[in-house]
Amino acid sequence: MSSTATATAAPLPAPLVNLGARHARWQFWGAVMVVPYLLVFVVFVLYPVGYGLWLARHPQSYVKLVEDPIFFRSVINTAIFLVVAINIKMLVALVLSGFFVTSRWWIKIVSAIFILPWAMPSIPTILSIRFMLNPEWGVINSTIFRLTGADGPNWLNDPSLALAFAMIVHIWKSLPFWTLILVAGRLAIPTEQYEAASVDGASSWQKFRFVSWPALKTLYITSLILSMIWTLGDFNSVYLLTGGGPADLTHVLATLGIRYLRLDQVDLSMASIVVALPLVLPLVYFMMKRLSK
Amino acid sequence: MKSWTPKAIATEAKLLLIGIPVLLWTLIPVYHMVLFAISSKDSATSGHLWPKNPTLDNFRIVFQQKHFYLDHFWLQLWNSLLIALSVGALTLFVATTAAFAISRLRVRGGRTVMNLALFTYFIPAAFLAVPMYKTMGNYGLLNSQWALILAMVTIASPYCIWVLKQASDKLPYELDEAARMDGASPLQLFRLVYLPLMVPSLVAVGTYSLLLAWNEYLYAFLLLSNDRSVTLAVALGNFLSADDSPWELLMATGLIYALPPAAIYYAFKRYMVGGLTAGAVKS
Repeated sequence: MSSTATATAAPLPAPLVNLGARHARWQFWGAVMVVPYLLVFVVFVLYPVGYGLWLARHPQSYVKLVEDPIFFRSVINTAIFLVVAINIKMLVALVLSGFFVTSRWWIKIVSAIFILPWAMPSIPTILSIRFMLNPEWGVINSTIFRLTGADGPNWLNDPSLALAFAMIVHIWKSLPFWTLILVAGRLAIPTEQYEAASVDGASSWQKFRFVSWPALKTLYITSLILSMIWTLGDFNSVYLLTGGGPADLTHVLATLGIRYLRLDQVDLSMASIVVALPLVLPLVYFMMKRLSK
Repeated sequence: MKSWTPKAIATEAKLLLIGIPVLLWTLIPVYHMVLFAISSKDSATSGHLWPKNPTLDNFRIVFQQKHFYLDHFWLQLWNSLLIALSVGALTLFVATTAAFAISRLRVRGGRTVMNLALFTYFIPAAFLAVPMYKTMGNYGLLNSQWALILAMVTIASPYCIWVLKQASDKLPYELDEAARMDGASPLQLFRLVYLPLMVPSLVAVGTYSLLLAWNEYLYAFLLLSNDRSVTLAVALGNFLSADDSPWELLMATGLIYALPPAAIYYAFKRYMVGGLTAGAVKS
């Protein structure tokens, strides 16, 4: 494309000959410059994935896996995590993005603080939440004790409560990122559309329904799916809060694979990841189609 | 400032009704961490909203490494820094060259490389961790900090390539043509034209990969185990294995560990938000 432009600009035969050589030289440098990433991909993605699939090749691994009650529980937990946590998170992010695009000086300050959970590392913040939930001296139970004189529940000892808190931790940590993305989406909507809607006397709900939502829908769905894929790999929220306990009942697939790995059952570890592929691959395929247009 | 009509006041009240819970929701765990960090051992767990005798003793203990969990605090802090900086630099190199080749040199097969990167970007992190751990063992890299550095470069670079490619595509192609007419070589184009124009995006992805590596826990804890080579994140996780962990020291260390990324984020906020959301919103 550029070579035709150059050719019309300089209609002499000699440079034309050079152009082919030059093009080859640019292609050569292009190839050299993608090599670093290609190397990274082959050595640390392609080979590990292939090797992992090879480790997971024995059918008996899957039999053992399915017979492990912890596996079944992990699948259920993962499904609950994906459906409940992600939908709550994205809906709240959608609402909050409307709040954060409102121009007020104090909302700017709130938005700067709101990003903290995302900017800070998981481990100290999740451990802080874990200490708040300590049954004997955690701030939540000592407040309950001071107010009612009764002992609060042992939050993380109840598998369903513990899982709920793991979801809360996940939402606390990743809500800022998705809100930010949806804020960017909202900022891309031309203000004239809102002005026109105001002139027509639209209520704020109607403005959302007929202006914001149509413009945000694609981004929202993309974000929802990407968030699902990433949440499948969210190890920290569960591991740092509950360690998979009590009695291994709060594991999700992300922590289960690592648990088997720590127990030196690599075949089970890989198998637990392979069984998630029928869910992961369609999502990945959808995302790649959407983004590589 | 608008005049305070009843309608305007109602709007502000509604906004505050969202803003105050948002602030509390965000800050309570962070505040709780600060509270522990400035409380003495017995008052940390008393459940008060402000310690009776706030103290900086915990930080003194941490800095002087006066607890057996903290024997290598400074070394581990240094490890975190060194690994994050290496990941930032290496990722920048890998991602910038790839984005330049794909977007500006239009290398043949560039699309395929883009798709490979996107594929990597979409693999759930914990799922790649298991095969990555086994592979690092095969490569003989386990317990070497190179294992963590290379793993984090692998995880960070796809998104960086993606963001840089989006930004590269927006640069006018005439610049390249002018440089070519002047007889610039591809490397000169890269160094003299491309890099200076890409500075804001480079700051964004460099900061992103640096923070990703600094904050990483799972890969760090799988790939490193020696007390002298682990990052501060792994050291913090090791506190958990004890029955009577010194919570107040853990939170003081955690606060020290959490502050640099927060500070870096705020320092480069303008670049990061612009660069990272531009990559995501495009679709």
